[in-house]
Amino acid sequence: MLNTKSLFAGLLLALVATESFADDDYLPPVSDPVVRTVCGECHMAFPPGFLPARSWGALMAGLNDHFGEDIRLSSDQARHIEDYLTRHASDGPKGHGLHDFMRWIAPEGTPKRITENPAFLHEHRLPDRVWRDPKVVTKSNCPACHLRAEDGWFDD
Amino acid sequence: MKRQAILMAAAAILALPLNASAADGNRRAAILSDYAAQAQASDSGFTGFSAARGEALFRAPSGAGDPRTPSCTSCHTSDPRQPGRNAKTGRPIDAAAVSVNPMRYTEAAKVEKHFSRDCKSVLGRDCTALERGDYITFMAGQ
Repeated sequence: MLNTKSLFAGLLLALVATESFADDDYLPPVSDPVVRTVCGECHMAFPPGFLPARSWGALMAGLNDHFGEDIRLSSDQARHIEDYLTRHASDGPKGHGLHDFMRWIAPEGTPKRITENPAFLHEHRLPDRVWRDPKVVTKSNCPACHLRAEDGWFDD
Repeated sequence: MKRQAILMAAAAILALPLNASAADGNRRAAILSDYAAQAQASDSGFTGFSAARGEALFRAPSGAGDPRTPSCTSCHTSDPRQPGRNAKTGRPIDAAAVSVNPMRYTEAAKVEKHFSRDCKSVLGRDCTALERGDYITFMAGQ
């Protein structure tokens, strides 16, 4: 009995330890079906916690030149998406930000590329052949390597 | 009696995808007829869409758009029945051919979003209603 108990306590401790260790490898994924579909048609719908609300606002305001693409959404759809992204942004009322990521963002800064964050660059010091893999194409293609990225996990 | 019930259930199951694809076909036809009206409005000589013109548009290298997407085939491959990959984001793309992907070209807003994005990317300009209709007509036969 005692053995079972201590085994259980040990397991619990291991779980807690894993959880805190993986803290910076998980961000809640997009849960809204519209955001998931509309953004996810062209690229993974990135967890909004990767950027502050002002960044999402700037991205949604510039959809006619969205990294070179002209993205035309109905105004209802655009409003819905912006509302979700800003509420769930790293500094939004429902937001979860990665501590490591957010400490690089200047109080007035409005980054648009998650892949330019020094924390991202630090975590992705990889040989060129990895980036040249035809399945990768670009650094923002998280799920090419992080197989559970769509579920919010970036631990692999 | 029991046998009849089983037969009816089997018939219902068989009919399901048929009904679904009929509804998809209707939605696609509605989108095409919108484009036909626009094509007619801009050219009174318009006589209908052409799968052959659509195929030529699909395969032709443009050179006027983004260098990463010189033609539709840059993302969709030269076989529209095969899945493709977004040449800019790396995102896998479902086959563009209707035979493989019956949901294609059945949602007007989505069709418009994709044409407006992709025509600029490949051709460096918007597609005309004629080009949109030709393209869908080609894909509907693939």
